[in-house]
Amino acid sequence: MSLWEYANPVRFLGLSERVMPWLWAGAALCLVVGLVWGFFFTPDDFRQGSTVKIIYLHVPSALMAINAWFMMLVASLIWIVRRHHVSALAARAAAPVGIVMTLIALVTGAIWGQPMWGTWWAWDPRLTSFLILFLFYLGYVALWEAVEDPDTAADLTSILCLVGTVFAVLSRYAVNFWNQGLHQGASLSLDTEENVADVFYVPLLVCIAGFVLLFLALVLYRTGTEIRVRRTRALIAREARGGQAERA
Amino acid sequence: MRALFFRDLALALRAGGGFGLGLAFFLIVVVLVPFSVGADVTLLARIAPGVLWLGALLACLLSLDRLLAVDWEDGALDLLATSPLPLEGVVAVKAAAHWVTTGLPLVVAAPLFGVLLNLAPAGYGTLVLSLCLGTPALSMIGAFGAALTVGIKRGGLLLSLLVLPLYVPTLIFGAEAARRAAEGLDATTPLMLLAGVSGAVLALMPFAAGAVLRVNLR
Repeated sequence: MSLWEYANPVRFLGLSERVMPWLWAGAALCLVVGLVWGFFFTPDDFRQGSTVKIIYLHVPSALMAINAWFMMLVASLIWIVRRHHVSALAARAAAPVGIVMTLIALVTGAIWGQPMWGTWWAWDPRLTSFLILFLFYLGYVALWEAVEDPDTAADLTSILCLVGTVFAVLSRYAVNFWNQGLHQGASLSLDTEENVADVFYVPLLVCIAGFVLLFLALVLYRTGTEIRVRRTRALIAREARGGQAERA
Repeated sequence: MRALFFRDLALALRAGGGFGLGLAFFLIVVVLVPFSVGADVTLLARIAPGVLWLGALLACLLSLDRLLAVDWEDGALDLLATSPLPLEGVVAVKAAAHWVTTGLPLVVAAPLFGVLLNLAPAGYGTLVLSLCLGTPALSMIGAFGAALTVGIKRGGLLLSLLVLPLYVPTLIFGAEAARRAAEGLDATTPLMLLAGVSGAVLALMPFAAGAVLRVNLR
């Protein structure tokens, strides 16, 4: 029994169908509990007032935006090395979810930044590198859409994902060099003394868990759809070939 | 390899405007800037390094979609793929030819256009140096983008979408070096970082571009 057994689309679909109800339920539970807890049962911040509560959407979505790209990177590597179709399709399925996560992070950040920093947008390193990440996502999805042959598209986008990762990381540090930051530093690290206060910390963790589960459920769902689309196309192609053979 | 290099050069020269077109585009961008932001001389002096870098970058981008597409259409690329020269080498040579026909004229012309934008006298040397270091990377990254989109009809717009985010680090360090020098600051650090980015791109990108081209030729 190894992980690679699920590279078989049938096994993969079987597993994902069994797991998905739990993922959806878990995501819904965590998000409802986390968001309600966060929005209504935590105190307002001393300085930021109630605007602090946007953290329950902003932080998890930003986290998932980066992790979605990371997942695409791993899936692309698996596709390049072992050529499992499910892997390529999963990478394809994750990209639009990643785009939406990036957008949520950018938009909630802007909504929070308006009253707190007095501006919707600042050319801060973190904000800028997120915008660049957004552009990378767009290019990746556009390339998938543009190439007709699915295997060629998977190859090209995988290599783009690898190269893009290098350049995204490079850009992340390059923008640090280029402008001073307005965004606060990391405040959820496991190895530092000073973090977000516990009242905010626990519901935030629940929200992050909810976002992770939601992401997994969405990716599994979308990958399943991609597999079925692929299958339908294959069937149609076979029908067409059969029809030609009969006429001949 | 040398034969391919000179062949590409000759083709670019004979096609008429291969050399001049990017340069003319660069000039037009530089001329349009005062119209859009106003003719205030101090403002122009402040934004000059950035505008020159941006103009050079866009001029580089302009000619990328023909970099491989011509050879793709007439089948020369298939011939090159069957030649003993590895595809990585082919892409690198093509990027080099692209740099000589597009990047080099931009580097030479940049100080001239700097005068138009009232660039501070201290900035000229570093501007040329930073463009010298940066434009080869632009050509090489562009060759990767061209290899990605070579099989796609009307891939020009997609090419820009793919290549421009990849240009970010080069642009940041290059423009930063030129800006610092123009303001009389020390530009060594950004120049070294730019050289690092450029060197890494030139060393590694041919492999990515070669792999992509191999997929497209399959």
